[in-house]
Amino acid sequence: MGISGALRRTTRWSAAHAPWSAWAWRTTAFTAAAIPMALPAAAALVFFKAAPLVLLVALFLTPLLTRLQRSRFRELLEREIPAVAHGDRPLRPRALLARLRSESTWRQYGYHLLVSPLAAIGGAAIVLAWACGFAAAAVYGWSWLLPLEHGGPGWTRSYDAVTALGALLLLATPWLAAALARLDSLAAAALLGPNRSKELERRVEDLAESRAGVLDAADLERRRIERDLHDGAQQRLVALAMNLGIARATLTDLPPEAKAVIDEAHREAKEAIEELGNLVRGLHPAVLEDRGLDAALSGIAARAPLPVELTVELARRPGPTVEAVAYFVVSEALANVAKHARAGRCRVEVRRAGDLLRITVTDDGVGGADAARGTGLVGLRKRVGSVDGTILINSPLGGPTVVTVELPCGL
Amino acid sequence: MRAVIAEDSVLLRIGLVKVLEMAGFEVMAETGDAEALLAAVAEHEPDLALVDVRMPPGFTDEGVRAALMIRRQWPATSVLLLSQYVEERYAADLLTARAGGIGYLLKQRVADVEEFIDAVRRVAAGGTALDPQVVAQLLLRRGGADPLERLTPREREVLALMAEGRSNAGIAAQLVVGESAVAKHINNILAKLDLPPADADHRRVLAVLRFLDGSS
Repeated sequence: MGISGALRRTTRWSAAHAPWSAWAWRTTAFTAAAIPMALPAAAALVFFKAAPLVLLVALFLTPLLTRLQRSRFRELLEREIPAVAHGDRPLRPRALLARLRSESTWRQYGYHLLVSPLAAIGGAAIVLAWACGFAAAAVYGWSWLLPLEHGGPGWTRSYDAVTALGALLLLATPWLAAALARLDSLAAAALLGPNRSKELERRVEDLAESRAGVLDAADLERRRIERDLHDGAQQRLVALAMNLGIARATLTDLPPEAKAVIDEAHREAKEAIEELGNLVRGLHPAVLEDRGLDAALSGIAARAPLPVELTVELARRPGPTVEAVAYFVVSEALANVAKHARAGRCRVEVRRAGDLLRITVTDDGVGGADAARGTGLVGLRKRVGSVDGTILINSPLGGPTVVTVELPCGL
Repeated sequence: MRAVIAEDSVLLRIGLVKVLEMAGFEVMAETGDAEALLAAVAEHEPDLALVDVRMPPGFTDEGVRAALMIRRQWPATSVLLLSQYVEERYAADLLTARAGGIGYLLKQRVADVEEFIDAVRRVAAGGTALDPQVVAQLLLRRGGADPLERLTPREREVLALMAEGRSNAGIAAQLVVGESAVAKHINNILAKLDLPPADADHRRVLAVLRFLDGSS
């Protein structure tokens, strides 16, 4: 059972790798196909003296040649060489220059000018090996067909050897072709495919872009919710509170119990407005969108329970997402100061330095703020990190505490 | 007294009409956007326009722009702006043209009907009504070498209440002090701000203007 199974496997394997197998013909076709592909390299060699012209033509031809090579690997070897992003724009001088400077272009030159001729030579050798193999293996046939001078067909020792050599060559050639194809694949993957670090770079770019998209979408959603709350619930609540206020002012001859109920409802409605206002401000206040950071921050600074000195110097408004993060930073920082710092006063500065938005919140409180504890600071760190910002908390025991946040806003 | 209203929320508009009628106003027109408001003011030349800041079509500061236009073209019409949030620059803009006959309140203040009616009457009579939140934000902007720095905290409080548009009696009630104490504070403020001797009302307005000026 074991022996017959092994035998069957061996037979099957031999059949799959025999000189007449599909595998043999595919690898042969693959190697042979390298021959015409090397023509441009041969042409470059011939016109070697006109190097600048060759370079220019190569610049145009390389992408095409690379595509042809990739299809050779795909169709004949079922091997996918990943494409390099070319930025195949219309052929403007700037695009060509960028292509000339690109490291992947030079790797492709390397393949087309060095590897491709070698592969072509290898391909020719394989074709030759097949031819010789056939010729040698069929030596008796030749001698029978062509009457040779030393006396017709007959079994000679030297003819036996030639036939055996031919058969061996026929058996070996597919393997040679396969080895050649393997080498060619390695070279192509290294030279025609994308560079790994470049690929990672592109991936990072993609990720950064998609993250920015997600953040923007979240921000947009917050603003939509703010709008909905403002146009819906908030207006209704204000109208309700106003009607209760009117009732309170006009229905003066009600029994005291009824009056007390109306008073209570009135107060509740006003508190609800206040709470909803705080909620909306926490989401994305309308003033931020309409009037920018300065106006929005002056609102929260004025509402803070301690004196806040506010300086906002922005020549240009940063993008809405950065604005929202900056607003959140100041709002959270002020809330933390009010809750934990036992500070007498607080200074908030927002300045733009080149592509950085720098926010400093300084208080004269007791210090000892620790980002590892306190969920407020953790939330702050996360929100700042979401736009690749940095946060630095300097809070020695005994104070003062300085929170410095830098947000890149050049994007 | 006659009034027009511009407020795009129908629910609030109904309430505002009721409150204005309680305050003894005759509401000549109710509109929902700035364009209709200007047409109504041109037609009725009312004593008061009660205007929402955020209105169609842009839902940003249509009300403020309409108010500035009303101030220029129909100086006899006082304007009381209602806003979801306060932006002190609006207040500064509005007061630069002419102090008085102007109000700027948070929308939610309409819930306190009596106080709101006070503010409406004050503005219609040519006075001012600034939301305490506006005044708080204006105070925040103070800093550096500034005559206002010379004021004591109490005097700044009094000035803030003056800016809100309150009378001496109103300020006294708010601070729980006597009216004579308020008058003394006001005299100190006027002296410290180097305001030229003139009639009291005029100097009072100048003091408030100086106070607001620093914010723009």
